[in-house]
Amino acid sequence: MTHVPISVTVDGTVYDGEVEPRTLLVHWLRDSLGRVGTVVGCDTSSCGACTVLLDGRSVKSCSVLAVQADGHSITTIQGLAEGEDNWHPVQTALKECHGLQCGYCTPGMVMSTVDLLSENPNPTEEEIREGLHGNLCRCTGYHNIVKSVQHAAEAMGGAK
Amino acid sequence: MTEVLDTSTPMGRPLKRKEDARLLHGQTNWTDNIQLPGTVHMAILRSPMAHAKITKLDVSGALDQPHVVAAYGAAELGDLNGAIPCVWPVTDDIQMPPFPALAVDKVRHVGDAVAVVLATDKTAAYDALEAIDVDYEPLPAVVDMEAALQPGAPLVHDGEGAPMSNECYTFPLPGTGIPYDEAKAKADVVVKRRFVNQRIIAGYMEPRAVVASPMGMSNEMTVWSATQIPHILRVLLSLVTGLPENALRVVAPDVGGGFGGKLQLYREEILAVQLARHLGRPVKWTETRSEDMVASHHGRDQIQDIEICATKDGKLLGLKVDLLADMGAYLQIITPGIPLLGMFMFPAIYKMESYDFNCVGVFTNKTPTDAIRGAGRPEATFAIERIMDELAAELNMDPMKLREMNWIQHEEFPYATIAGLTYDTGNYEAATAKAMDLFGYDELRAEQEARRASGDPVQLGLGISTFTEMCGLAPSRTLGALKYVAGGWEHCTIRALPTGKIELITGTSPHGQGHETAWSQIAASILGVEVEDIEVVHGDTGRAPYGMDTYGSRSLAVGGQAIKKAAERLVEKAKVIAAHQLECSVDDLEFVDGAFRVKGDPEKAQPLAAVAFEAFSAHNLPDGVEPTLQAEATVDPDDFSYPHGTHLCAIEVDTETGKSTIRKYVCVDDVGVQVNPLIVEGQVHGGLAQGIAQALYEGVEYDEDGNLLTASFADYLIPSAADLPSFVTGTTVTPSTTNPLGTKGVGEAGAIASTPAVINAIVDALRPMGVTDVLMPASPQNVWRAIEDAKGGAA
Repeated sequence: MTHVPISVTVDGTVYDGEVEPRTLLVHWLRDSLGRVGTVVGCDTSSCGACTVLLDGRSVKSCSVLAVQADGHSITTIQGLAEGEDNWHPVQTALKECHGLQCGYCTPGMVMSTVDLLSENPNPTEEEIREGLHGNLCRCTGYHNIVKSVQHAAEAMGGAK
Repeated sequence: MTEVLDTSTPMGRPLKRKEDARLLHGQTNWTDNIQLPGTVHMAILRSPMAHAKITKLDVSGALDQPHVVAAYGAAELGDLNGAIPCVWPVTDDIQMPPFPALAVDKVRHVGDAVAVVLATDKTAAYDALEAIDVDYEPLPAVVDMEAALQPGAPLVHDGEGAPMSNECYTFPLPGTGIPYDEAKAKADVVVKRRFVNQRIIAGYMEPRAVVASPMGMSNEMTVWSATQIPHILRVLLSLVTGLPENALRVVAPDVGGGFGGKLQLYREEILAVQLARHLGRPVKWTETRSEDMVASHHGRDQIQDIEICATKDGKLLGLKVDLLADMGAYLQIITPGIPLLGMFMFPAIYKMESYDFNCVGVFTNKTPTDAIRGAGRPEATFAIERIMDELAAELNMDPMKLREMNWIQHEEFPYATIAGLTYDTGNYEAATAKAMDLFGYDELRAEQEARRASGDPVQLGLGISTFTEMCGLAPSRTLGALKYVAGGWEHCTIRALPTGKIELITGTSPHGQGHETAWSQIAASILGVEVEDIEVVHGDTGRAPYGMDTYGSRSLAVGGQAIKKAAERLVEKAKVIAAHQLECSVDDLEFVDGAFRVKGDPEKAQPLAAVAFEAFSAHNLPDGVEPTLQAEATVDPDDFSYPHGTHLCAIEVDTETGKSTIRKYVCVDDVGVQVNPLIVEGQVHGGLAQGIAQALYEGVEYDEDGNLLTASFADYLIPSAADLPSFVTGTTVTPSTTNPLGTKGVGEAGAIASTPAVINAIVDALRPMGVTDVLMPASPQNVWRAIEDAKGGAA
């Protein structure tokens, strides 16, 4: 199968590669770049575990072809914190509010929340629940995830 | 109930989890992350038919495809085709047909494994499946359990030595209380209902994955698997493949949820090990979610005929339970035993004179069933809590009042139940009082009356579930009596290292439960060290050789005992060395705040870390004391423990559309002493979501030919944040008396209790319309149908 050259910035580093046109972004991140912090939970774009930011907006990386990311900038869970002691407020909030258990949905949940709060810095509980409806979690029942998002919103200066 | 928080130790404190940092930064070690040099990827051709003869299977076409290294059907695999053993043969005459890793001659459910391809590229392996030439001769499928038991039904297993019917086993529980007919003869009221506890999936977010890596020319093999049970898996893989157990290392790295679904020996694990050994290179397999839906075990799937009898005043006399339990097409490792875990729990928290139980296990052409969160107890709790509401309606009595007058009073513990268990402790009155207060029961009943009176199209229903469960699996002798092959003990080794750090090696195998934090809290409280100075080692038979793994709400109730005992033994050994260092008698020392201090002269002290270094250097040990400072304990529990709680659900049901919306969910759980209340609350939340999901959203659906209709997350409705409410949770603390920490279990509680609370609420809302049951999941369609059926019945 023919390969297509792509150049994508991932977590601040430019990666040049050649991919089969059918290669999904998530598979390229994981299998070619070894950026395995982003994970796959389903194959129907239902669960959102693979969510990353593409030019700052959340996308499910199982629903984007690697070639579609050519020339764009991807932020994954591995590139969100600015250093070990400088967590993103969403990461801090999830720990503070026990918003994760097994942690498998967490990368996607974090990236979706970052996007949600950039769009709506002060969401109501209902807006949080609707905003995260594309991210499935089996462990937490979402109760503490909702609290985490509220906590993060407050820390980021959104909520009153 | 007063909760006393001892702030001097980490026990009982809501500490933030140690596990979270790496999980929040993508610094994780899921099995699928592992990329070893020379790996071949395994792809599996699965049956599209529920029941068929394989009339032709030619894998040679796959071998011509790019990157393909090997391809096998059962014929090519020959002796390498292992079979999955069932380790819980519940009766002497149980039918246990063979369950080969690759199907031989016949397929028996959609997703049955037919052939396997190995390629150096994962995508190429899947592509090559297309080149396999396979023909099937369709056979009639049995999907419905009752139809499967009819004479002349197609047989799921009909080969040589196979059973002559689809009955797997019949298990009657003999002799509990007076004969049921005698109880019934005394009764004023008899209520009989049929409940269907539908088939569901575990729904862990991390798909299953396995990597098997042989070591050079030796027999040695390392297997990484997304499993709950690395220790049990090692034994089973050795038995099945013939690999020497002492050459086999099984690792459960980060595991993304299990919920019982990863309590298993799966065919893909056998194939990966066998083919890695045969090919002499690593074999890797990660399932797609669509594969998971057909190939990973399902759970529940019981038809429950329940009869309860009582006096006209509401005093319970007897309970009769007749189950049909769907095994699916094959027996996985503990498939037949799941309904029997429920057998003990049907009488629940109630006193009665008679209990009659019978279960028939049935083969069908569907994916095998096995444990899912609660494993038997949710089914039992659903049935008893549903029929208690039906009985209350028949008696025209408030359902909580009926429960109160029949439950075991707190002063009656320990209590020997009609099912043969001895409940350790409980206080149903206290938990219920607290829950009723948080819920506002009387106000909601008043609103319900007002809505009924005004003919509001949106009706309000209140549902109750006062549940208990048995957890802390399990006393090994009890397991033996139930014909389960393994034991139920747990192990812990604690090492005080020369640098002052503590290594805690546990036989439990967490996959989201926070053992690294909670186990550190237990040990730190005894050893007087910081939680951060303890490293918990788990899930690796190379580093943690002894263990019975994590399932059945056992890890704290059983494993916690081993931690406590090992820590206390370590202190005892250290004390002898400290006395020698301090030149005093052991009896003159006390261990306070992590240091051995001379009584009356607390400044004369030796910290544990200094003792650990002395044990390492061994320059000046007392005579007869061996170097190194470590201790271990293996604990077999004396008995189960029995957490309980009161769950209350208020639900609004739109009688015109059938849509149900949870208005308020309150639960007060008593899980005994809590090590970390933050983790306890999180476990309750997750359990509630899973139990509510069974009530409202989830269900595995097959058509009449055995085709799976819910074969992806697009068709099987795992609820999202938008589908669930926030919860009001509370706890009471009644310490267990069956373990020295006083702990019970919490992992399954929410999932066991919540399903009947939700369905009781819906039926309560609709009872004036003549509705007495609604099928799960209580989707708008199923609720609407229940309303329409009731109208038809009244007409």
